[in-house]
Amino acid sequence: MRGYVLKKVGWSIGTLLFVVVFNFFLFRLLPGDPIGLYTRGRNMSPEQLIRLRQQLNRPVGEQFVEYLANPFASAINSTRFNRPVWEIIGERVWPTVLLVGAAVLAAALAGVWLGIRSGWRRGSRFDRITTGTTNTLYAMPEFWVGMMLIMWLPFFPSGGINSVGVSGFLATAVDTLWHMVLPVTALAVVYLAEYTSIMRASLVDELRQDYLTLARAKGLREDLVRRRHAVPNALLPTMTLIFLNLGFVIGGAITVEYVFSWPGLGLLTAEALRGPDIPLLQAVFLLFSLGVIVFTLVADLLYAVLDPRVSTR
Amino acid sequence: MTAIAWQRRRATAARFWADFRSHRSALVGLGILLFFGLVAVFASVLADPAGLDVTKATAPAHAAPSAGYWLGTDQNGRSVLTLLIHGTRVSLIVGLAATAIAIVIGTVVGVMAGFYGGWARSTLMGFTDWFLVIPFLPLAIVMATVLGASLLNIVIVIGVTSWPGTARLVCAQTLSVRERPYLERARALGGGDWHQMTRHILPNVMPLVLAHVVLTVSVAILSETTLSFLGLGDPTRPSWGYILDNAYGTGAMSNGEWWFVLPPGLCVVLVVLAFTLVGRALEVVLNPRLREGP
Repeated sequence: MRGYVLKKVGWSIGTLLFVVVFNFFLFRLLPGDPIGLYTRGRNMSPEQLIRLRQQLNRPVGEQFVEYLANPFASAINSTRFNRPVWEIIGERVWPTVLLVGAAVLAAALAGVWLGIRSGWRRGSRFDRITTGTTNTLYAMPEFWVGMMLIMWLPFFPSGGINSVGVSGFLATAVDTLWHMVLPVTALAVVYLAEYTSIMRASLVDELRQDYLTLARAKGLREDLVRRRHAVPNALLPTMTLIFLNLGFVIGGAITVEYVFSWPGLGLLTAEALRGPDIPLLQAVFLLFSLGVIVFTLVADLLYAVLDPRVSTR
Repeated sequence: MTAIAWQRRRATAARFWADFRSHRSALVGLGILLFFGLVAVFASVLADPAGLDVTKATAPAHAAPSAGYWLGTDQNGRSVLTLLIHGTRVSLIVGLAATAIAIVIGTVVGVMAGFYGGWARSTLMGFTDWFLVIPFLPLAIVMATVLGASLLNIVIVIGVTSWPGTARLVCAQTLSVRERPYLERARALGGGDWHQMTRHILPNVMPLVLAHVVLTVSVAILSETTLSFLGLGDPTRPSWGYILDNAYGTGAMSNGEWWFVLPPGLCVVLVVLAFTLVGRALEVVLNPRLREGP
């Protein structure tokens, strides 16, 4: 078990290192004049410009070592906001966590329920309708769902996280919830499809197992066979896949936040694109990758703890 | 000899088609794809490409659907229907070309890793896993920003970021094919690595890859739409995502201009759904193990 944990942690660190290296060199390939972009429209003395250029004129290796020493260095400024990138990111993390957390939770609960119902009665009318619907939902771009919701449900707020002039903790919370309805729906609807099909597939995998026959032979009611035996086993791979699909969720969050002007990391990414604001884009990419790597690691470790069948050697 | 071979091939194809035809949803998907394929091929006949030129637009902007403009006009007075028809071409080309890149990279990496095994496999699959973990859209955004907005770059970005799934599938399949007796025979007869890989392994891996290809196209088209929506597409070649970007940017939703928002998204959903349906059916037909038998 310890070897397994070490191996997984080592792999995660290796992946992170790869991302950092990639992040550094990719942006060095960028055509154009980074200093020109950085200083456009600002009052800067020629000496300052020369100093900035000298920084970029140093050997790539030296710059790389410096970057490697601290990719989260607070000194890097965003070209768009003219503030340290990590300070901006710090402000934007929580709205994204709130939005994505709510959407994933809602989608996972509903998806697991739908997956169980349709997988258990495979081929039934309910199953056919669910599968058809999930296939269709899966084909929808999240942002388009968001746009349609804004157009057809105009009584919900179409953007932002809070209305102007709302104060007090309770009022703000209710207002935020009210603003969350549409973006969470847009995100959840698409993941619902994903989670339903995962849950259905893993339940169908269990259906052929001998232990279900045994449970029935013991005289258990069909309901109990499903609840006590099949579902717990099918739930395990589903939970892991939900964790592993987080990278996919981030993609959806970027476009949905953009559509709803939700002040999170996704909107920040979309804003960083116009310009482009390279330091900010670099930092956001690093953070997203870090998040996914950590969640992958957690999923791997959880799976090994929860499922004794996983080889941990 | 060849006559027998052809006879067998024809019989296999007939059986394949009969199997495929039993999936009704796959036939629906195929029909949808045929329709959009024809629209893409005859785009210039169906709608004059001059209608894409902003400077030649004569209609009022943001006009509702009328006899002359079945799906209304965009913010520049261009017909949305014309944009849609030509967008079909762009979306399909990007989807197919990006998939081609992804499949080539994925197959080469997968076959090499599976065939040579050992450290080659650990290195290549480790690399694949890295790519699999890095979140797709941020990576694509970063690459598209670095490369700049053009049709070719979008194809490259999507192709280069969506091969890991193929590589894993091909690698697993190669591993199982490698151990079969006919490869031992090929080796005993003096077949080199190249001969074994191209003549024996590839033909056996390809059927599974085919189903995967079709599913990859649907993801690639969705990715293209997303990237274009974020303004990373080629502004001179309007795609469905580009129309949605314009609709969003000019406030089509708050003005209730459904003709500007609904049709492009519907096209994306139909094409992606069609590819998914066909791909799932192919998977079941080509890989009997996936069949959800009684």
